[in-house]
Amino acid sequence: MEEKTIVERLREEFPAGVRESWTSLGDDVVIIDKGMLLPIATFLRDSPGEFRMLLDLTCVDYPGQEPRFEMVYHFFSLSRNRRLRIKTQISESDLRLASLTALWKNADWLEREVYDLFGVHFDGHPDLRRLFMYDGFEGHPLRKDYPLRRRQPLIRLKE
Amino acid sequence: MTGLKKKRPPAGQFMTTQFNSLLGWARKYSLFHYPFVTACCGMEYMSAACAHFDIDRFGAGWTRFSPRQSDMLLVVGTITHKEAPVLRTVYEQMTEPKWVIAFGTCAVSGGIYDNYAVVQGIDQIIPVDVYIPGCPPRPETVLDGLLKLQEKIQHQDQDWRWKKKRS
Amino acid sequence: MLLNMGPSHPAMHGTIRVMLELDGERIVNSEVEVGYLHRGFEKTCEYRTYFNLLPYTDRLNYVSPLINNLGYVMTLEKLIGVEVPERAQHIRVLMSELSRISDHLTCLAAMAMECGAFTAFLYKMKAREFLWDVIEQTTGARMTTSYIRIGGVRADLHPGFDAVLKKAIDETRLVLKDVHGLLDKNKIFLNRTRDVGVISREDAVAFGWTGPCLRSTGISYDVRKAHPYLVYDQLKWEVPLGDRGDNFDRYLVRMKEMEQSLRIIEQAAFRIPKSSPAFVAAGMSPSQAIKESRLQRVRKAIALSPNLEGSEETRYPDILASDKSFVVPPKEETYTTIEGLINHFKFFMRGHGLRPPKGEVYFAVEGGNGELGFYIVSDGTDRPYRLHLRAPCFHIVSALEQLIRGRYVADVIPTFGSMNMIGGELDR
Repeated sequence: MEEKTIVERLREEFPAGVRESWTSLGDDVVIIDKGMLLPIATFLRDSPGEFRMLLDLTCVDYPGQEPRFEMVYHFFSLSRNRRLRIKTQISESDLRLASLTALWKNADWLEREVYDLFGVHFDGHPDLRRLFMYDGFEGHPLRKDYPLRRRQPLIRLKE
Repeated sequence: MTGLKKKRPPAGQFMTTQFNSLLGWARKYSLFHYPFVTACCGMEYMSAACAHFDIDRFGAGWTRFSPRQSDMLLVVGTITHKEAPVLRTVYEQMTEPKWVIAFGTCAVSGGIYDNYAVVQGIDQIIPVDVYIPGCPPRPETVLDGLLKLQEKIQHQDQDWRWKKKRS
Repeated sequence: MLLNMGPSHPAMHGTIRVMLELDGERIVNSEVEVGYLHRGFEKTCEYRTYFNLLPYTDRLNYVSPLINNLGYVMTLEKLIGVEVPERAQHIRVLMSELSRISDHLTCLAAMAMECGAFTAFLYKMKAREFLWDVIEQTTGARMTTSYIRIGGVRADLHPGFDAVLKKAIDETRLVLKDVHGLLDKNKIFLNRTRDVGVISREDAVAFGWTGPCLRSTGISYDVRKAHPYLVYDQLKWEVPLGDRGDNFDRYLVRMKEMEQSLRIIEQAAFRIPKSSPAFVAAGMSPSQAIKESRLQRVRKAIALSPNLEGSEETRYPDILASDKSFVVPPKEETYTTIEGLINHFKFFMRGHGLRPPKGEVYFAVEGGNGELGFYIVSDGTDRPYRLHLRAPCFHIVSALEQLIRGRYVADVIPTFGSMNMIGGELDR
């Protein structure tokens, strides 16, 4: 019996959630609807793909486009030795997304990092606060409209 | 010794100048350093402190990880704005006499990082005595910088307890 | 009682802050604060060209800089689709494994020193110096080398490479034997590291652990075996595994991995294809060549200056890909022909030069700590639109709070030491 690929399985299970999918340079990429993130992630983790490891989650800022931000998730399956990239888009006016901390423990810090650097809120995150920048830092540095050299010193600097 | 001005204590005080030199000699050969290590330069610091390029032969071998017990602050690596208050606190906790060496270009001037997060040189936060450039500096450069500091210590106007306090 | 193990650590780990809530000596709760070395790597890279940002990648995991170089360059090569010559691939594997050994040496040296075993630290630093001698003679710098370039490597191996490498390997083997004897059955070290900082397999996977820390729990995942790149699939070596997932297993896995890396180095040095042309030592000096080029095309050999040794034009087919648009043209051409000068100028000119096709790519190599992944989004210009690093020790350190809960304060030190936190990679 021919084994279905994980992308085909995803399309079967969530026909409305999966918007596009393609394979480029050997990577499988799936674009999903942002509301379906948690069910799709649960499906990916539990069965049948067994994507037990969340490799990475990050965000890309496209200021001219609407929706502005694109969240990128990389999953990895140890048993099948396959990687998968899931992308979902969120707009600036509604910068909220479901948190994956209930499914993967490292999502905790990864989501804090994205919140710190981009300003995306994660619903359901136990403790969403800045990770890299200090309290009192205003703005989200990795957004394209934050200038590279705008410094916000914590203590008074000489010269 | 180019660039280092030899400070001359006031003339006519033979005993005090001799005592000054003695104190300078004692201080320069018994430097206890506090390695405030943050980044990549820390690896070269480790190399400079270990067997191949020993800094112990210059008297600066003992590391004291307490600001109260050390007299030389070796700022090794990049200092970010988040770390700056910590550096300032550590410097202020150190007791006199104290010297500061900026180790590596990130400590000297911010290095290759000119952005929102990095302090462009620790002399914006604390006064620095010797700057050691390099990314990371070779251990020989570090030893050269240490020798320059030792010369500076030898010739500076030492402060001792019964001398009149300057503000 | 609240205790702050502040950012200025009396250990070579640098900048991390662990706030502990204590009940006597036992840790009830803890909070780890990172970000004290956040140097804005990802944002800075958006303002630099692809070629320009190589030095920034060196300073990520600064104990194994060549592996970071490799990760970034291979990600870009995957996006562009560049074929790297055989000899360059072997050189990359060699350099990468030398870096990996120096990473493990530094990590275990610091861990041992913090537990009180100062001798192990000094021995390992001695071995690291020999390895860095090899790296310095090949690449020009001890640590931050920027040696692995897009399309290949910067320069070919120098003539005395085999002798220096052999000495480094022999010295490292002696040191490893000594340290095994000092620490493996040492009661104090075992008391401090056995069954301390234990993590189960499920937790390790849930936290996204990779690398030696994951392999210490018994899960065999090594990017070099799972998704082989360069010539790793042609070499014979094993992946050491632990079973309990405690500090001692992490130490032992790293020690065994160093031995395996030495095996890889020996095989790669043996199998490396011979460099095709003979070493050009005699020729006219560069200034003479420039003068002559103003009258007529230079046909005779040119002896370049010593710091360009290994990157002569005759070496290019061995060390760099043949695609001209992604590779710096050789210096002989640049300074003596007008086409070479134009190629050189266009390579470095803003807006021109290396422009990968539009798209995104993710590629991972096995770093010293685990899966070091680069995610690059390219918009067709000469600068990356977004460059993201999947830092392996970020995920490992995020488990620290769980590992030290319920243990003593003194257990924090070996646990944290065995995780090999590298600030440049953690905070980017």
